[in-house]
Amino acid sequence: MSEELLVTARDNALIDPSLQIWTWEVAMYLFLGGLTAGIMVLAAMMTLLKKDEEAPFAATRLALLAPIVLSLGMTTLFLDLEHKLYVFRFYTSFQATSPMSWGAWILIVIYPISILQILSTFRRGYPFFSSFADRIEIGTWVLDWCERNRREIAIAAIPFAVALGIYTGILLSAFGARPFWNSGVLGPLFLVSGLSTAAALVALIAIRRSEKELFTRIDLILIMAEIALVALFLINLATGSGQQIEALQSVTGGPYTLIFWVLFVGIGLLIPLLLELLEIRGIGKSLAMLAPVLVLLGGYVLRQVMLDAGQESTWTSYPSQFNSELLQRLH
Amino acid sequence: MTRFAMVIDTKTCIGCGDCVVACKTENNVPDGLNRDWIVEATNGTYPNLTTEFRSERCNHCSNATCVTMCPTGASHHWKDTNIVLVDADKCTGCKACIAACPYDARLVMHPEGYIDKCTFCHHRVEKGLDPACVSSCPTRCMHFGSLDDPGSKVSHLLKTRKYKVLNPETGNDPNVYYLI
Repeated sequence: MSEELLVTARDNALIDPSLQIWTWEVAMYLFLGGLTAGIMVLAAMMTLLKKDEEAPFAATRLALLAPIVLSLGMTTLFLDLEHKLYVFRFYTSFQATSPMSWGAWILIVIYPISILQILSTFRRGYPFFSSFADRIEIGTWVLDWCERNRREIAIAAIPFAVALGIYTGILLSAFGARPFWNSGVLGPLFLVSGLSTAAALVALIAIRRSEKELFTRIDLILIMAEIALVALFLINLATGSGQQIEALQSVTGGPYTLIFWVLFVGIGLLIPLLLELLEIRGIGKSLAMLAPVLVLLGGYVLRQVMLDAGQESTWTSYPSQFNSELLQRLH
Repeated sequence: MTRFAMVIDTKTCIGCGDCVVACKTENNVPDGLNRDWIVEATNGTYPNLTTEFRSERCNHCSNATCVTMCPTGASHHWKDTNIVLVDADKCTGCKACIAACPYDARLVMHPEGYIDKCTFCHHRVEKGLDPACVSSCPTRCMHFGSLDDPGSKVSHLLKTRKYKVLNPETGNDPNVYYLI
């Protein structure tokens, strides 16, 4: 036999018996951050490809959602902090080795770029509200400037939005202590998932037929790319170190198997893929609303299952005979 | 970097838990939280069993991933030594360092919310004293000192005895050694 167990009480909150430091707040942020990145990239691409006629919503109105969605995400992220009053400390230093520090600063840069992106199509997308801005001289000047530089703003938005979409995956993959996350594929996977959820959002809320079809096609390609990246991720872990092979067990028979394969791969990727394929061939139009809803759900489930399975994967785990309820009797 | 190490003799450790109590007393660690703990490892087949007791804590890694992953610089190496401390005044409680530690040696300080951990009793080390756990050990199986000094007790023990560290393959370069 070879057995290692704790003989003194250890019941550190969130750490014992298995690590559970991050819950839905962080998963929601990872999802909404990815969605924001996708929204900004797709809006910028529509500008660069001059799709104002074919896809008026994505080209002129979509960008407004970026700061709203991101702010919701940052709110849930704030809820997760244990030492909330010290949140300003993210902005009193820059730590080059910490992806989280990079992320904090990327978020700061994203807001002004997103505002510029909104203003560059504000008159076309939101004529009612822009008429108020046009009543004052500076408002007219700002809107004119942004419209003149619409293309340049779109070009500038893409790298920062990609950074936002990819850093969350790089952040998790950089934790060598958590074997399940320790795969370089995670960055691209989260980025593609973010783009896919944003395309699904447009397919869901755009009104024009041509736009829904365009974004269904875009989403189809993104879902296929995402499936390929998920496969690479699984191959990476299955052929990795002993710790990674062990960590993979949590989705191949372990506690997260059903959520991963049924809810994420099945309902979040394969079914919408099938529905979108049928839709493009003109079959099953009545189900057209379902595919994007499932893609959005799958995007969230991906973050949640990655977060949960990753935290639990570990280098050291000792069973303990300690009953934490005994502590209550001390008082 | 001045390198402080803890050397623990598993041959003379009896797993009494005095080091755990000494730490809680010295550092006022709240109920339910622990900066150190004892592992009993049993190997072999009855009746040929061997038991090893290990007093475990933060390994004060020379290449500490908790320090590299901290977004604010709150997790840091103290005064150019390998002693890893958390500056509560810079800590946001984001918990990245907890995820980054392959030894699960960090904890959330409730209700304050900043991250807490073993400090190698740097407040005692500064005065030339041993950490509380080392000085309270009834079997004298724990030793503390500088690896930079070839004449120190810890250097001598590592030169003359067989030893191991926990999970060296993490690449973290841990500094708590176990004599075996």
